[in-house]
Amino acid sequence: MDSPGTPPAPAAPVNTTSPDSPNTPDSPNTPDSTATADAGTDAGAPVVLSLEHVSKSFGAVRAVIDGSIELRAGEAHALVGENGAGKSTMVKILAGVHQPDSGTLLVNGQPTELHGPAGAIGAGIAIIYQEPTLFPDLSVAENIFMGRQPLRRGRRIDGREMTTEADALFARLGVRIDPGRIARGLSIADQQVVEIAKALSLNARVIVMDEPTAALSAVEVARLFDVIAALRADGAAVLFISHRLEEVFEICQRVTVMRDGRHVLTSPLAGLTTGDLVRAMVGRDMPERVAGERGAPGAVQLTAQRLTREGVFTDVSFEVRAGEIVALAGLVGAGRSEVARAIFGIDRYDAGTVTAGGRQLRKGSPTAAMTAGIGFVPEDRRQQGLVMEMSIQQNVALASLATLRKAGIIRASAERSFAADWAVRLSVKYGRLTDPVSMLSGGNQQKVVLAKWLGRRPSILIVDEPTRGIDVGTKADVHNLLDRLAGEGIAVLMISSELPEVLRLADRILVMREGRLAAEFTQAEASEESIMAAATGQLEAQER
Amino acid sequence: MTATLAPHREPGSPAPASSRRLADRVFRIREFGIVAVLVVFVAVTASIQSRFLSSTNIQFILVDATIFALLALGETIVVISRNVDLSVGSVLGLSAFLTARLASNTHGLPLPLVFLAGIGIGLLCGIVNGLMVTIGRVPSLVVTLATLYIIRGADVLIVGGGQVVPSSYYPSFLTISKATVAGIPDLAIVVAVVIAGGAYWLRTYRSGRELYAIGSNPDAARLAGIPMGRRVFTAFALSGAIAGVAGVLWASRYGTVDSTAGTSYELQVVAAVVVGGVAIFGGSGSVVGAAIGALLLQTINSALYVLGVSPNWDQAIAGFLLILAIVLDRLISLRLTASLRRRSARRGA
Repeated sequence: MDSPGTPPAPAAPVNTTSPDSPNTPDSPNTPDSTATADAGTDAGAPVVLSLEHVSKSFGAVRAVIDGSIELRAGEAHALVGENGAGKSTMVKILAGVHQPDSGTLLVNGQPTELHGPAGAIGAGIAIIYQEPTLFPDLSVAENIFMGRQPLRRGRRIDGREMTTEADALFARLGVRIDPGRIARGLSIADQQVVEIAKALSLNARVIVMDEPTAALSAVEVARLFDVIAALRADGAAVLFISHRLEEVFEICQRVTVMRDGRHVLTSPLAGLTTGDLVRAMVGRDMPERVAGERGAPGAVQLTAQRLTREGVFTDVSFEVRAGEIVALAGLVGAGRSEVARAIFGIDRYDAGTVTAGGRQLRKGSPTAAMTAGIGFVPEDRRQQGLVMEMSIQQNVALASLATLRKAGIIRASAERSFAADWAVRLSVKYGRLTDPVSMLSGGNQQKVVLAKWLGRRPSILIVDEPTRGIDVGTKADVHNLLDRLAGEGIAVLMISSELPEVLRLADRILVMREGRLAAEFTQAEASEESIMAAATGQLEAQER
Repeated sequence: MTATLAPHREPGSPAPASSRRLADRVFRIREFGIVAVLVVFVAVTASIQSRFLSSTNIQFILVDATIFALLALGETIVVISRNVDLSVGSVLGLSAFLTARLASNTHGLPLPLVFLAGIGIGLLCGIVNGLMVTIGRVPSLVVTLATLYIIRGADVLIVGGGQVVPSSYYPSFLTISKATVAGIPDLAIVVAVVIAGGAYWLRTYRSGRELYAIGSNPDAARLAGIPMGRRVFTAFALSGAIAGVAGVLWASRYGTVDSTAGTSYELQVVAAVVVGGVAIFGGSGSVVGAAIGALLLQTINSALYVLGVSPNWDQAIAGFLLILAIVLDRLISLRLTASLRRRSARRGA
C-alpha cells in the first residue's frame, strides 16, 4: 500500500450539482452540533479513499452517471439515496466487482485500479454485503479466513491458529459463535457477525457496510455501532449505507446523498435533519402519513390456535379480523417468519391449527392456504417472492394463472392486460412489462410481489418485512397500499422489524420472543419502548 | 450493552466443544455409514459363500476397486467444486490403449515412462475440459459429455478393430497389478497413499479449501477473491491426469485392451462419489469417502458374482444403492440442520 498522509489535490468536499440541495456544510448556522459529530473527524484527517466523478453503465442502463465519495480516516460516512440511486453500483466499484467506465478511484491519494475483488482486498477495502456471502458447508473460521488462512510450515493451513484468531475476533465483537461449526444454519444476524469478523480480519482501512442493519435486531444494531466506533478509533473509514436515517444520524459524521446515479450532496450531518436528507434523496418533500382512519374491524378471517413447531415456536395463538392490520414484532430469530411460513403451509408444524375464512387449513399445503384466500409476500423477495429471470408480467400473473387460462393455454395478451392493470394500480415504475423483473429496483420488485398476490383478490394477506431494503419514497407507497388494502376489508398480518412502521400501520401488535408470544398491544398502548421491552425481556429494556 | 461486555469464552468451554463433537460425530457418521454397509455386506456374503473371502478374490476386488477409487479421487476434486467430469471413462480407455501399445511395441521402455505417457494423455484431455469450462464458460456437464464422445471417438479411430493382447507386453507391465505385500496388492497400497495425499491436500492447503469454497457458494468465492478459473481448471487437469494413470493400471490389470475399455465407467465413478457422501452440488464430502464408495460398489459387484446372482442385476442394484445413499445423506443433513437450529434457538441468537 502507498504511504498515507499525502492528500490529493482535489480533496475538498465535493459539494455540487443539485440546485435544491439543502444547506451546505460550510453554512455557519449549525450551532447544535453536539448530538452526532462531537467526536467527528476533523477536516484535516487524511482522505483514505475517494471516488471522483465515476460513471458506470450496464448496456443502456446508466446505473451511475456522476458519483463521488470521499472517505477520511476515522470517520463513519453515510451513503444514502433511494433504491436505484446507484449506491449498490458504487459499492461494487469499491469492491472491485465492477470497473468504472470513467472517473478515478484514489486510494491514499494514488490513482488505483482494482482488478477484481482480490484487488480491493489488497487495497485494504473490505465490503460487508447486504446479503451475507458465506460458504454454508465450511466452518465459521474458514469463512472468515478463506484465501487468507494462517499458515504453518510447508504452506499448510494452521487450523488451531485460525480458530484462535476467529475466537479473538468474536471476542472483539462481543459475541459467541463457535468457529468450528459450519456456517449452514446460522441466523441471519450471526451470518452478519461472521461477515463483520471477516472484514475485521482484513485489517481494512476502508470498510463498506451495505445495509448492515437490515437483518439485525436492536441489540445487535447497538453492538454493530460499538464495532463501528472502535473501527473509527483505530483510524479506519467506514462507509455506512442504510435506509434507516435515524441510524445514519446516530453513527455517522458525514453523509453523501445520491439521486438517479448522481452525487447530490456531501456534508457533515451536524445541523442537518432527516427531512433535509429525505428532500435531497427524493428531490421533494415527503408527506408524513397520519395513521389511517379505518373502520372497526369485521369478522375474524385468520385464526392460529396453539401453533407449535418444536424448537422454533411454541403455543402461538392469535386472530386477524377483516380490515385489520396485525403486526408481529420481535427480534430477528424470535420465530415470526417461521409462524407465517407455517400458516401459509410452507413449513410444517407439530401441533395446533390454522383456520382461514372459517375453514381449518391442511398442514403443509400452500395450495390449501391460497384456496382459502391467503396471499403471502415473503421476507426474501429475490429468492422466494419472484422468479428473477421471468418478465414483470409473468411474475404478476404467476399466482393467477388458473383464472387467466383459456382451455389450458395462457395467452400473453391476457397476461399483459392483467399485469398492466395491477402495475398501474400499484404505480410500479417499469420500462416494459416484458422486461425481466430483475431489472427493477428493490421497491418496485416488492410492488410486483404484492401485485402478484393482490391479483388473486385475497381476503388475508401475510407480508413479511414488506419494506426491507426499500427506499423511502417507495416505502411510503407500500405503507399507503397496505393501509388501503385493510380499508378495503383485507385482513393483513404484517411482520416487521422496523418499529416506526409497526407503530404507523398496525391496529394491534403482537410481540414474539424466543418462539412465544410475549405481549399484545393495541395501537394506542404501544410505543417503541414497550415493544422493545417485550421483545428483549425486561433486562435489556431497562438498560436502554 | 451487555453483549459487548460478554466475557471472551475460554477455548474448550462446554458449548462449542459439544458442537464440535456433534460435527465430528456427523462427519464420522458420513464415512462410517458406508464402512458399516461395507462390513455388513462382506459379512453376509461371506457367511453364505466362504469363497468370497479367499485371498485371490480379495485381491481381485482390491485391484479393481483401486482403479475405481483412483478415478473417484479425481472425480471428487471436480465434484467438490460444483462441476462434474463425465469424460473419465473415455480418458481411461484412450490412455489404456495408447500406453498398452507403447508397452508392447517398445520392450525395455522403463515403466515410469509408460506411466508418464498415461499421465500426459490424461492431462491433455483434462486441460481441454478445464479450458472449455473456465474460459469458454460452458457448463461442465455439457463440456465433458461432449469430450466423453470425442475422446471415445478418437479412441475408436486409433484402435480400429484391433486390440493389444497380454502376450505382447513385456512381463513387468503385467506384474504392476499382480505384486502383493502380505496379501495386499502393491497397487492398492500405492493408491491408498495417493488418496491419503489427496485428502490431506484438500484439507490442509489453501488451494484445496478454496475448491470447497467454490463449490459451496461460487458467488461468495468470487467476492472473496479466490482465483476460481485457476482452481477449477486445476481440478479438471488433475482429474484428467488421474484418469490417465488409471488407464495404465487398467491395461496392466486386464491385459487385453480394445476400443471399449472403460466404457460407461464415468457413471459408476460418479455413483461411487455420491455413495461416498460427496455432495453432488459441491462444497462437501471427502476423497476418502469416495474411495470407500468405490470399494463398496466393487465389492457388491464381486459379491453378486460370487453368490451366483446374474450380472444382469448389477446395474439395478447399483442404482438402488445410489438412491439409498442419497436418502441417507439427506436424512443426516436434515438432522444436522435441525439440531443446529435447536441449538441456536436455545442460545437465543
